[in-house]
Amino acid sequence: MEFFLQLLIQGLSVGFLYALAALGFVMIFKSSSVLNFAHGELLAIGAFIFLAFSVWLKLPIYLSFLLTLVGTFAMGFVIERLFLRPLIGEALIEVIMLTVGLAAMFKGLLLVIFGGNLFNYPDFLPAGLTIKWGAINIPPVYVASFIIGIIFLSIFGFFFKYSSQGIYMRSVADNQPAALSLGVHVRRVFAMSWAIAALVCAISGIILGIMNGINVHDISVLGLKVFPVVILGGLESIGGAIIGGLIIGILETFTGGYVSTSLKEVIPYIVLVFILLVKPYGLFGLVEIERV
Amino acid sequence: MRKLKLHPCGKFNEQYEEELTIFSTDFGRLWMWVGIVLLFAVVPFISSHYHLYVINHIGIAAIAAIGLNILIGYTGQISLGHGAFFGVGAYAAAILATRVGFPFWLSVISAGVITALVGVVFGLPSVRLKHLYLTIATLAGQFILQYLFVSWESLTKGPEGIMLPRASLLGFDIKGDRTFYYVIFVCFVILTWVAVNLIRTRFGRAFIAIRDNDRAAEGMGIPIFKYKLLSFAISSFYAGFAGGLAAYYIGSITPEPYTLMLSVEYIAMIIIGGLGSIPGAVFGAIFITVLNEILSQSTQFFMNIEGLAKIALTIAPLREFVFGLAIVFFIIFEPKGLAEVWRIIRSGFRLWPFSY
Amino acid sequence: MEDNLLLQVNNISVVYSDVIQVLKGVSLVIRKGQIVSLLGSNGAGKTTTLKAISGLLKPENGKVTEGSIEYEGKGIHNSSPETITRLGIIQVLEGRQPFKYLTVEENLRVGTATRWGKPYKKDLEMVYHYFQPLVARKNRLAGYCSGGELQMLVMGRALMAHPKLLLLDEPSLGLAPFLVREIFQIVKRINEEQKTTIMLVEQNANMALLIAHYGYVMENGKIVMEEAAGNLRENPDVKEFYLGTAASGALKSYKDVKAYKRRKRWL
Repeated sequence: MEFFLQLLIQGLSVGFLYALAALGFVMIFKSSSVLNFAHGELLAIGAFIFLAFSVWLKLPIYLSFLLTLVGTFAMGFVIERLFLRPLIGEALIEVIMLTVGLAAMFKGLLLVIFGGNLFNYPDFLPAGLTIKWGAINIPPVYVASFIIGIIFLSIFGFFFKYSSQGIYMRSVADNQPAALSLGVHVRRVFAMSWAIAALVCAISGIILGIMNGINVHDISVLGLKVFPVVILGGLESIGGAIIGGLIIGILETFTGGYVSTSLKEVIPYIVLVFILLVKPYGLFGLVEIERV
Repeated sequence: MRKLKLHPCGKFNEQYEEELTIFSTDFGRLWMWVGIVLLFAVVPFISSHYHLYVINHIGIAAIAAIGLNILIGYTGQISLGHGAFFGVGAYAAAILATRVGFPFWLSVISAGVITALVGVVFGLPSVRLKHLYLTIATLAGQFILQYLFVSWESLTKGPEGIMLPRASLLGFDIKGDRTFYYVIFVCFVILTWVAVNLIRTRFGRAFIAIRDNDRAAEGMGIPIFKYKLLSFAISSFYAGFAGGLAAYYIGSITPEPYTLMLSVEYIAMIIIGGLGSIPGAVFGAIFITVLNEILSQSTQFFMNIEGLAKIALTIAPLREFVFGLAIVFFIIFEPKGLAEVWRIIRSGFRLWPFSY
Repeated sequence: MEDNLLLQVNNISVVYSDVIQVLKGVSLVIRKGQIVSLLGSNGAGKTTTLKAISGLLKPENGKVTEGSIEYEGKGIHNSSPETITRLGIIQVLEGRQPFKYLTVEENLRVGTATRWGKPYKKDLEMVYHYFQPLVARKNRLAGYCSGGELQMLVMGRALMAHPKLLLLDEPSLGLAPFLVREIFQIVKRINEEQKTTIMLVEQNANMALLIAHYGYVMENGKIVMEEAAGNLRENPDVKEFYLGTAASGALKSYKDVKAYKRRKRWL
């Protein structure tokens, strides 16, 4: 029983990590229908920029956090401007391949600059965030990530559902020419969505870094884990991303705990194939409407 | 004898048969023969061992890339699992050769067939899935197969890998780069010929119809699911065949090479070469293989210089960077790929000095 | 210059992808508060004219190469759609382009993009007032609405932007005759009650000329005829080519020849 509970807690925390990682992905997909294969690298960039500011330049934590957010926000703009904008209106495969290409570029750059070693942040979260509950001890990172996750979920959920800007963003993903004809600033929407997504990725990346340390290879693998998560939850659904993340996380740790550790790595993908066959649009995704 | 067509001044087809011809002029046909003669009678004798080694790899990659182009470029089903299929072919050939004792030719062909079956299994989600959902399903396929390579130890021997016996054909030992060169390129020519002709048949037309508009294709009475699976099967056959050849050529296999990165390399080949173009797949294979070779050679070069070894280690990941850059560059600036560049150069020559 | 002039298109030519010339010198004038209808057969360049005005040529790689478009005295040719829509020119695209995954009300809210941040509750009521059937569909995804509802939706969406000039591209496309009549009545009411100037591109010339004040006829990228809508309806050529009511049923073979010659003179 103790083992079970321990696995459950561990699974939930891993799941939260996945959910956090998936948030930025859903952001981009929701506002521009781009399937971003460079997602893991975006996470890594955020984490490394923070590392550079906080450990190498020895800036205070809060300042480096702020600078990281500003930096990644700007980077999102630049990425969109340089790479994605020329492709507005191009075929799906070209956009997908572009993000694959970007992934390789970013990963290469990160490896050149930072190398493939494991880095750790200094411990800066207040120890008071620890939650003790009987035998269970939840470290502050998880508590922090939980809080941040909830904040994200509510902000973005509200943003997309009720705010005008959110609705404009969704309209662009839905039907670009029509959005243009109504005066929606399509280019600005794209740029904004990449910028916000990069920012979200940076925050998620930093949390991941606190939990597991940062290593380029690990994070880029994690970026691909996002796919089962978002497919399970539904590509457009932020709530779905959180639930999908938790389910996949629990599934992974339980497989690792009870079945085998090597199966753990692929179980999300096996689940993914089954979900796609049974419920192609995930738990909360939008069913494609086709009018012929 | 029919009149030879040498120099067209434009494409003015008067009959449907003309639309279907491979070479619009006899000049083109002549060039093909010149190419084949060069390929078999000149190249193997003027190239060094190292060059032959690279060229052989190009041939193998080209076979697999042609297969992937049939699936992505012609049928429009994006697959991220081609690298794993290539691996399935390699493992199938190795296992058949060592456990069952199949001869070289039979195990390579069976490798193709087995991979085709595996491809069909992983193509099954295409019944219900389209576009990016299918892409993600094939991504899952890649990881599942990769897992099997490592973990199904009773069959694949896990990370330790399998040594293959020396290949022999019709009583001759196939050893050395030059002999393999002939084997690989005979296969290459045959498979290219099959692919080019496949596209001209009803199958090819059905593939293209599905790519352009699957609903309309279905409305025209094309059983799209059947054809999608067929496309998966053919494409995986090419991958498996190439994988089998590669396994024999290298002599031993381990699970490492058949990762997502390999799948990405293959997609890069057909995008850089040109989607929906058989010559494009070949150009892409040449480009990527040579690029890979240049990048690893240059790292080696720096490694051997005293004092620069450290720099070499740090710039090793640049390989990945250059790779990504090449993909991004082509998608943004020449989305139709090298095949289009080639066409422009050719017509530039033909129309010279009057460019219109 | 007359002060009731809203939009003036001066002899524009439009070229797509630097090679395909679609408009060859189109001039037209839209006066404030009027409904102007633009008629013509398929491929005459009607939609291109609308897109040239609304700036939507740009994403399709089209360009106004000559001439000018003046809106309230300002040149707006080749401006971006974002700028033009903010000046009050809204185009309703051909073939009903709803946002399928947004609810009807969210669709309407996208119409406020040009004046983001301003209250929109009143406008929603106004749109629901004109298009009653939308009320019941409020919270439904637009992708599941019928063709008639969608047409109302896209027109309502455009109204949300408070357009000064509304460009309607074939609102009757694929709708039942009864619905067409209803839609046109609403267009007329919008024009009268909201004082919205409307430019109407139509195949259904009969209906269009009934509600329009002024009409233009296009052929092959040129304006070939312009007159007050009432006169246009009486014109024998227009009657024959666009309204489908030939003067005489008899002497068919002779008439065909004559019609051909008359048509030739036009082009």
